[in-house]
Amino acid sequence: MSETPTKVIVNCETGVTEVLPLTAEEIADMETARVAAEDQRAAAEADAAVVAAAKESANAKLSALGLTAEEIAALTK
Amino acid sequence: MATYTLISSNVLSSSAASVTFSAIPATYTDLALRVSVRRSASGRQDLLLAVNGSTSDGSNTWLQGSGAAATSGTSSGQYVRINNIVPSTAETASTFGSAEFYLPNYTVATNKPIGSFGVGENNATTAYIGAVASLYSQTTTISSLVLSLAAGSFDTGSSFYLYGISNA
Repeated sequence: MSETPTKVIVNCETGVTEVLPLTAEEIADMETARVAAEDQRAAAEADAAVVAAAKESANAKLSALGLTAEEIAALTK
Repeated sequence: MATYTLISSNVLSSSAASVTFSAIPATYTDLALRVSVRRSASGRQDLLLAVNGSTSDGSNTWLQGSGAAATSGTSSGQYVRINNIVPSTAETASTFGSAEFYLPNYTVATNKPIGSFGVGENNATTAYIGAVASLYSQTTTISSLVLSLAAGSFDTGSSFYLYGISNA
């Protein structure tokens, strides 16, 4: 059986620090938010990968046309 | 000249899923949150900041380098987030990721921009660096900050320091 995760709360007004177990609702909320955020990050990284692949393909085609690496770099600046 | 004042800090003596700074005084101009963090289990993780407890009012424009590639992107409707900078038990032992969140004009009744920067640490080819421009889309004064990971808990020894900045 795994341990219940805890949360640390630092009250800036009183200086008191509490360590409390997460409630079942908090654990569920964290998991829901985590999954949503992870999905969004994965989608953003997939988009970035598509762009990177398209750029690499375009560079290869330009190179096949006879452009030098310097000329290709100049086009994208 | 800006003056940094330590409001509160915490160094974990045991692992914790989140660290909250609550009842933040509204007496400064800006806030800066500096952390040194590690995950207590395997798998490098993202560092998340929930402002006033919100997990859905943050949007991020991020730039990331891994040692092999540079990538960028955007996200919205979630935490303020720095991707991949928290080392885990799969990374070099006793290494920590360092990050700073800067929150200017945190008491002003407008949406709040937040600037973040973080670096992971790993004695290997792959280690991450991230810079993030975020917006917390709420006009209420910032009175609490909650740090957590995208999965798992912070390891023992992770440290958290909240500063108030005057005359910024």
